Amino acid sequence: MNNAFKRKLIQIAAFGFTNSHIGNFVSGKLYTGKWKQFCNPGLNCYSCPAATLACPIGALQAVNGSMQYNFSFYIVGFLLAVGVLFGRLICGWICPFGLIQELIYKIPSPKYKLPKIFTYFKYAILIVFVILLPIVVTDFMGMGQPAFCQYICPAGTLSGGIPMIATHSELRATTGFLFGLKITILFITIIACIFLFRFFCKTLCPLGAIYGLLNKISIYHLEADKKACIGCGKCARACKMDVDPVVNPNSAECIRCGACASACPKQAIQLKFGSSKQKKNKEHSHEK
Amino acid sequence: MHLSNQKRTILQFLFLLVSILMIAYGVGRGEMEIVWNKAINICLECIGLG
Repeated sequence: MNNAFKRKLIQIAAFGFTNSHIGNFVSGKLYTGKWKQFCNPGLNCYSCPAATLACPIGALQAVNGSMQYNFSFYIVGFLLAVGVLFGRLICGWICPFGLIQELIYKIPSPKYKLPKIFTYFKYAILIVFVILLPIVVTDFMGMGQPAFCQYICPAGTLSGGIPMIATHSELRATTGFLFGLKITILFITIIACIFLFRFFCKTLCPLGAIYGLLNKISIYHLEADKKACIGCGKCARACKMDVDPVVNPNSAECIRCGACASACPKQAIQLKFGSSKQKKNKEHSHEK
Repeated sequence: MHLSNQKRTILQFLFLLVSILMIAYGVGRGEMEIVWNKAINICLECIGLG
């Protein structure tokens, strides 16, 4: 089984496990069991009728904007643990919205690369919409709004908003400018995903921004053996996230999909937990 | 930013330790309940209706 097929199977399995309550799409109800107190490591709206787990970005804003607390130790700790263990492996292998974007990208069309400058936009989204606004902008009861979910998140509109509007006639009457804005962002995201690989992950996803920062130190990481590398550039050309794994193996953009390792004719690229013995020995001999 | 293996391992250990302590503290003060309450009800803001 090749790596790409294996990854697709795991993505589908993760999608199925985290969205197992398919029947709720008909009734328009949400799953209300105890699993919902745990977070999905990937982006998956908890207002999606099929969702089994809570969205970590929604949950982070919910606790930060709650009356009781301005900072969520539970969610930040969870994101830190997942990020340190796996980095953006979650984006590449587990995230349900990542899978949706990859399926959209399969629509035949000319494909383009996104200028790198746009990839920094997701950090501004994280700071302003996920962290600052829910804490700073509060109502008379001291409650903040989940600004990212409210104004931006196309995953929430697709998997939560549209199914809920479709099944709840009373909610249809409440649609207005905000829903129009979110539908527009969803539409732009879908169109962009046809031409640009994982447009949302690259430019808007605050979860990808968090895991991307932790890619630098994550236990699961990528190693490129520069001695074995023949400089053919096949790895960089195979990377749809526009990373050169030889130059920057732990780039914040790398989603650990393994396409570069599969493309390397010299097996010079490895994705693994922990560090290589070779490297350790080298460092040890330096110390001596 | 290039980190040596040793520094990287120390950072990994520290971050994991901090994350475990944060999760334990967050769970202890009832944050899971807040998350659950938010996640089992239709979040109107989350779907662009609030």
